[in-house]
Amino acid sequence: MLTDSDLQAIWLTARLAAITTLILLLIGTPIAWWLARTRTWWKGPIGAVVALPLVLPPSVLGFYLLLAMGPHGPVGQLTQSLGLGTLPFTFWGLVVASVFYSLPFMVQPLQNAFENIGERPLEVAATLRASPLDTFFSVVLPLAKPGFITAGILTFAHTVGEFGVVLMIGGNIPGITRVASVQIYDHVEAMEYADAHRLAAVMLSFSFLVLLAMYVRRPKPAKGR
Amino acid sequence: MHPTSQDASDARIEARFRLDWPGFTLDVDLKLPSRGVTALFGHSGSGKTTLLRCIAGLERPSCGRLAFKGKIWQDEKTWLPTYQRPIGYVFQETSLFTHLNVLGNLRFGLQRSATAQRVGLEQAIELLGIDHLLARKPDTLSGGERQRVGIARALAVGPEILLMDEPLAALDLKRKQEILPYLERLHDELDIPLLYVSHSPDEVARLADHIVVMDEGRVVADGPLGETLARLDLPIRLGEDVGVVLDAMVGVIDSEWHLARVDFAGGSLWTRDRGVAPGKRVRVRVLARDVSLAVTDPGASSIQNILDGRVESIGDDEHPGLLLVRVQVGSSLLLARLTRRSAAQLGIAPGLPVSVQIKSVALME
Repeated sequence: MLTDSDLQAIWLTARLAAITTLILLLIGTPIAWWLARTRTWWKGPIGAVVALPLVLPPSVLGFYLLLAMGPHGPVGQLTQSLGLGTLPFTFWGLVVASVFYSLPFMVQPLQNAFENIGERPLEVAATLRASPLDTFFSVVLPLAKPGFITAGILTFAHTVGEFGVVLMIGGNIPGITRVASVQIYDHVEAMEYADAHRLAAVMLSFSFLVLLAMYVRRPKPAKGR
Repeated sequence: MHPTSQDASDARIEARFRLDWPGFTLDVDLKLPSRGVTALFGHSGSGKTTLLRCIAGLERPSCGRLAFKGKIWQDEKTWLPTYQRPIGYVFQETSLFTHLNVLGNLRFGLQRSATAQRVGLEQAIELLGIDHLLARKPDTLSGGERQRVGIARALAVGPEILLMDEPLAALDLKRKQEILPYLERLHDELDIPLLYVSHSPDEVARLADHIVVMDEGRVVADGPLGETLARLDLPIRLGEDVGVVLDAMVGVIDSEWHLARVDFAGGSLWTRDRGVAPGKRVRVRVLARDVSLAVTDPGASSIQNILDGRVESIGDDEHPGLLLVRVQVGSSLLLARLTRRSAAQLGIAPGLPVSVQIKSVALME
């Protein structure tokens, strides 16, 4: 069966993924809304920056984040002046890194969902006395619900699968930064193949079930619109 | 249609817009009546929908002024966003919220409108005959049903003006026939002004009291429906739809021959009895192609409707071989389409007394 340290790593991973997903829901929604609605030329560059983690090697992202959050980086200086110490090699450092790392997995499905809603429902809501903010909550959110579910699942699952960024930012501290993917790496390094197998199987099943859930609940093609 | 004596100065809609898009300019300056149905009529691309959207605040023209019954909705300093304008809007294609059922759609505006009343919702449901649909989801409704719900939803907010953007255009003929009676009820029962965008002469003839004819972003004619349609210089091609609309009343039903006599200012016309009760006000549409003229008594003819008239004026028609002749019959005007040759042979000229033979008329309740 799974060892205590395995369970600890799984619990840490789940906590990291859940917190990251929640934070990204709050940050990603306005970014996606802005990207879906804006007509300024900024849309291109900002969209590209958001998508960067898709193609960047995690070690590159981790390296820059390490510099920024380290004692001499701008973020590090800020956190130190606030009396928070520095973020690398802490759980919250991992959270910050994961937010950057998983940003496109939240923003892109949401942006698609918002763009698919189109202009018309917003206009209809306006003619029915709904202010823009009211429209967002009473029309856009319900209509974009499938997009939110997809974005949430993808973000959670992607954060669970993170490895390179964790190594760069978090290292390998049990209970603080040693997530499941790092734990497997440790098992393999120590030639504990049986332990590695068990944890790897858990990760595989989890990933499959998440994707299965997403594909099964994908909405049927609309008919007779 | 609605004989009231309201103060005309502030009971009006004044709209002046200028909007420049690549390849299209809207440039209008209009005063619209605040009662009855006003049709914004024109071919596609004439700017009628854009004008309606400007009035709703869905487009923001670079410069413009809009006053509704003395209240400013837009000028240099003022911009009232759409959600603060007391309008009801019906979109061309179905626009129901798919995440709500029919009742949820109807209540959406109701909950947010200060002027809406419970009674208004029930009235709207009754008026559009959608009582049995309330629990359904929009994607289970037919196109006609959806549009009826859309109209009811716009009415349920208790608007001070109803704006309709070709509410029938996306429907097939059968669905159109299904909805038209409801629109006619709106015309009869609502006491708010209704702006109705359409490119269909038939819909306009049935529903409108006032018409604004648009072409290439400009207003090329506007006025009361009957007068405007009888103009010879209407700068828009109507083809086979050139004709006039007369306000009339059903006089007598001849049950032996299944005919009804309708009386208008200028005479009477016999038409098929469609079960409209005597005394009821109706509209009669007479197309120019169905009217012919004779200078001597034509004698026995299969044509039942022959009236005495006098040529009032003559105008060009779209085809060089054709003419449009405006004939005064009593205090009404009719249009007749003639070939130039027959007009020349008959010696048609202003002032000439003629027999007006009307082959067919369309009765509209």
